Amino acid sequence: MTDPNPRMSLGALLRRPETGSFLGLAAVFVFFWIFGGSNFASPNGAASWLNVAASLGIIAIPIGLLMIAGELDISIGSMVPAGSMTCAIISGHFGLPIVVGIGAALALGAMVGLINGLLVVKTAVPSFIVTLGTLFAVAGLLLGLAVIITGTTSVKLQAGPEAKLLLGHFIGGVFQVTIFWWIAAAAFWAFVLHYSKYGNWILAMGGDKVSARNAGIPTDRVTIILFMCSGMSAAFVGLSQAILYNSAQVSAGQSYIFNAIISVVVGGVLLTGGYGSIFGIVLGTLTFAIVNQGIYYTGFDANWASLIIGILLLVAVLMNNTFRKMALSYAPKKKGAKA
Amino acid sequence: MTASIVSLKGVNKSFGPIDVLHDINLEVRAGEVLCLLGDNGAGKSTLIRLLSGVHQPTSGEILMDGAPVRLTTPREAADRGIATVHQFGGTFPLMSIGRSFFVGVEPTKGWGPFKVFDRKFANEVAVKAVQSFGITRITDGDRLVGGLSGGERQSLAIARAVHFGARVLILDEPTAALGVKQAAHVLRIVNEAKRRGLAVVFITHQVMHAMAVGDHFAVLIRGAVASDFRKGEKTREEITDLMAGGETMATLEASIEGYMASHDGHPPSPAH
Ligand SMILES: Nc1ncnc2c1ncn2[C@@H]1O[C@H](COP(=O)(O)OP(=O)(O)OP(=O)(O)O)[C@@H](O)[C@H]1O
Ligand SMILES: [Mg+2]
Repeated sequence: MTDPNPRMSLGALLRRPETGSFLGLAAVFVFFWIFGGSNFASPNGAASWLNVAASLGIIAIPIGLLMIAGELDISIGSMVPAGSMTCAIISGHFGLPIVVGIGAALALGAMVGLINGLLVVKTAVPSFIVTLGTLFAVAGLLLGLAVIITGTTSVKLQAGPEAKLLLGHFIGGVFQVTIFWWIAAAAFWAFVLHYSKYGNWILAMGGDKVSARNAGIPTDRVTIILFMCSGMSAAFVGLSQAILYNSAQVSAGQSYIFNAIISVVVGGVLLTGGYGSIFGIVLGTLTFAIVNQGIYYTGFDANWASLIIGILLLVAVLMNNTFRKMALSYAPKKKGAKA
Repeated sequence: MTASIVSLKGVNKSFGPIDVLHDINLEVRAGEVLCLLGDNGAGKSTLIRLLSGVHQPTSGEILMDGAPVRLTTPREAADRGIATVHQFGGTFPLMSIGRSFFVGVEPTKGWGPFKVFDRKFANEVAVKAVQSFGITRITDGDRLVGGLSGGERQSLAIARAVHFGARVLILDEPTAALGVKQAAHVLRIVNEAKRRGLAVVFITHQVMHAMAVGDHFAVLIRGAVASDFRKGEKTREEITDLMAGGETMATLEASIEGYMASHDGHPPSPAH
């Protein structure tokens, strides 16, 4: 009340969850700009990391929301190839209209999410274990069915011009149209988490699920919906890749698991839940993609990228802890309680 | 004496073969603080868990405003105006004061699918509510709950309960983890809640705290109400002795020496 606009002060800025992520992003950007030369920041260079960031980012946001709500979903590692294979088998192998393939892929994502969510809320088994199970189950099912139906593990898909334009197009020859889907997804989820009341529910669930339920929040339903969203997002990325590259493979998604978790954590989301922001996740995803792709613009061997990402993750977690402590203890008085 | 809001009639509670509460009869009245006293393991927390809907009585009745009720979930108890404030107050340390105050009942503005959480309103209401309890140091609703002191968090939680229309406030050892000044804060707020006509059930192991706010005292010994008296009917020494399980301090001191000498007796029960 005393400060009419508390968000504008430097102190308030430092307390925001994404401050650490922003500093991390700035650091890697400057690093690769210096060592990567002008190519890194050229349109082609920017496209290489923006394209990676876009498909990763579409998945990382719902993963981040699940983590804020105190859950985890690693089944996305199978849902990406499941989404692309479903779309390719239906619209490529069987030649049905592309909308059917897209719809089926998204429905599959929603269904696996529903199963994940139901298992988590009904059995109270940690979601890491539940989704580890569905990760393998979906991978096995996919491989088995693909071989039975098509006789191979790789299916061709030739989408029509409309689908290509919306999902598999290179703007200016280099920027994937997925980048716009990512921006739209980020805007949508930022509204949900930071402006709608459902964001408050998600934060409260991650803080203390029992109290949240007692306060009247339908925690089971929210958990299930979040799992469905992450399943559908992974399927979406998968199907758009199938449309983009004109083919789908059974094994093309496991790297998303760790990459998404790294992006989310670098983005300032608290692993134990209850804290985080969409903007932070976007920054974390960009940071990851810049390191992942920027290395090719430097004179260094690409293998060093993993080292940088590993160190970045550790630094990010430490830095985020520091910023969180500052957020907790900012007050014109002596004693700040621990979280 | 006002009419009782909640009363327990012949309530028993057992967990399987373990009998924890026997034939409890108690009245909780508006504008009064009922202090539940008793040794560790006497059944105080179990008794209030019956009131807050966490457990159900094995037999006996809970009445609200004279009519029997079944409090099957914490939610149901809360809907009936029975609010439980946990020892560490706010349970959402990483949420802002304004956001945590309105968890589950978020105020929104705007229309259709674009309804947004009304942060300004939430912050103002939360700050005003807690300030009206005399905690004037809280001025910024954007502060995170985890950054408040223990006493401030308790106060915030109590202010929240009162704001949302609680009639009965249940506090299980709210002052146990607090220093002298912080505890005094909480006791002042308990008095303020009482002044506003709430019924308060207050558990404490500290006689001073009990005597500072209590109107009515019930001492539990091994799950039964061993003594039920009103303010001024017993001296501090008598209350202390009752809280120690009916033994006088003198006998206790003698028995402590006994523990030292031999390890025969039951070990002291751990704190809950
Ligand atoms: N769910 C349960 N199952 C079995 N026994 C229980 C359960 N809850 C409590 N008890 C037993 O009931 C007795 C009373 O416990 P309670 O927690 O109510 O005591 P208390 O008076 O609150 O003690 P303290 O002062 O240490 O907090 C204890 O012996 C405890 O072991
Ligand atoms: Mg207890």
